[in-house]
Amino acid sequence: MTQYMLSVNHTGPYPDPTTDEAQAMFAATGAFNDKLMASGQWVFGGGLLPLDTSTSVDGTGDDVLVTDGVFSESKEYLGGFWVIEAADLDEALKLGAEGSKACGQAVVVRPFASE
Amino acid sequence: MTPAPDIPAQIDQIYREEYGRVVASLARRFGDLDIAEDAASEALITAVEKWPTDGIPPNPGGWLTTTATHRAIDRLRRESLRDTKHQAALMISDDTPHEPTGLVEDDRLRLIFTCCHPALAAEARVALTLRLLGGLTVEEIARAFLVPETTMAQRITRAKAKIKGANIPFRIPDTSDVTDRLGAVLAVIHLVFNEGYLAGSGDDPLRADLTDEAIRLGRILRRLLPDEGEVAGLLALMLLTDSRRSTRVAGGELVTLDEQDRGAWDRAMIGEGHTLVRECLSRVASGGPRPRTYQLMAAINAVHADAPNARDTDWSQIAQLYDQLYAVSPTPIVAMNRAIAIAELDGPDVALGIVDRLDLDGYHAWHATRADLLRRLGRSVEARAAYDAAIAASENPAEKAYLGRRRDQLSAAG
Repeated sequence: MTQYMLSVNHTGPYPDPTTDEAQAMFAATGAFNDKLMASGQWVFGGGLLPLDTSTSVDGTGDDVLVTDGVFSESKEYLGGFWVIEAADLDEALKLGAEGSKACGQAVVVRPFASE
Repeated sequence: MTPAPDIPAQIDQIYREEYGRVVASLARRFGDLDIAEDAASEALITAVEKWPTDGIPPNPGGWLTTTATHRAIDRLRRESLRDTKHQAALMISDDTPHEPTGLVEDDRLRLIFTCCHPALAAEARVALTLRLLGGLTVEEIARAFLVPETTMAQRITRAKAKIKGANIPFRIPDTSDVTDRLGAVLAVIHLVFNEGYLAGSGDDPLRADLTDEAIRLGRILRRLLPDEGEVAGLLALMLLTDSRRSTRVAGGELVTLDEQDRGAWDRAMIGEGHTLVRECLSRVASGGPRPRTYQLMAAINAVHADAPNARDTDWSQIAQLYDQLYAVSPTPIVAMNRAIAIAELDGPDVALGIVDRLDLDGYHAWHATRADLLRRLGRSVEARAAYDAAIAASENPAEKAYLGRRRDQLSAAG
């Protein structure tokens, strides 16, 4: 078994949650989550609030530096993710494809280091 | 016993032929490509030491696999002594009997699907397939694709690290797989063949080492998947195309299909290709799936092989096959090749009308096709410009030489 992160990268603004489209997406994502939990493949997952709610904190120096926002602006940002457990990459890709269909975004599948 | 003088050459050949089997078997058993490859190399060293005096064993492939398996177990035992947490300790007590031949073949099939996994970069798939199944050295693969050996070594190392890290399985994909896995395997073999058939770069116009290797891989796949029409189609396509090899270059120049010495085409390869194409046709006729790209391309080449000379070519059948091909693979290159058949049926002016509408400006064969059609229409000035563009876009020395001669034969008058 390998743990994989399925990350959902957004570009552009968050979808407006009040639209029917977004509601359908939430429902599909919820159903996918339920399925992962039922099959025992669920480790963790969740959606993140918009990027402008993030705060950077740098504790590498003598003083802890806290700043509003992220370190570097990029076109892509993390909107949410799942951590799943799968037998191998083929199984993870299958789940990635289902998750992608549910949330309406492409998904990046990346293995965790094993130890 | 006095060693035969050609034993080293024999060992070399056996090793290359058996390498894929040995690595595939060990990869399945130990789940690790590095262990499999290292053990295969150690088995070769042992063979080089022992065979010249002991003689070549009756089943050299089995001998290499057994020896390599022992080496791998030795290594894992040493490592597990160093690191008691090592999971491999579990495998040492694995006393599964030797796999019968059928399963060994399955191992190779597993491995080719791993090497051609869509999660790997396309160039890495080709390199891994040639390395792990073809038994080519990194240096040979680097030379084939004209990249420095260190670059190729990194490419292969990175791909193997991804297979390990991302846990790409050694498994034959089932029908529920999300991607077209067999298509990816066929594409890799076809790409190796094409690179040999008309080398995209370098000084050699044809690379028999690559076409031979692609046909060898095609034969392995055909043995492993005898009921897949596209597998038979790809092998037939490669055999029918390669049957013309000895006639395709003369005096450093490419010889086009209509000018080749058809008497010198390899009849055995054509016969084998025809048998495969007939098998595909009967599979379709008995309700099998519609033929796809490779079967249709093989059928087109079978029609060419049937014609005793270029004038006798059944162009209407070729045009019909290109219509079918365009239906499953609607690319501008297919449209262009269809137009070449149209030129024979309806004249070069009709064909040129089709070709000119295609967006293939960077493709050498598009310029060469236009040049030929313009030449046949007597439009020498435009033909000359098209030949110049084709020569500039081609990387193949024999093709450049042929196009240059054709251009220089144009009459000075427009």
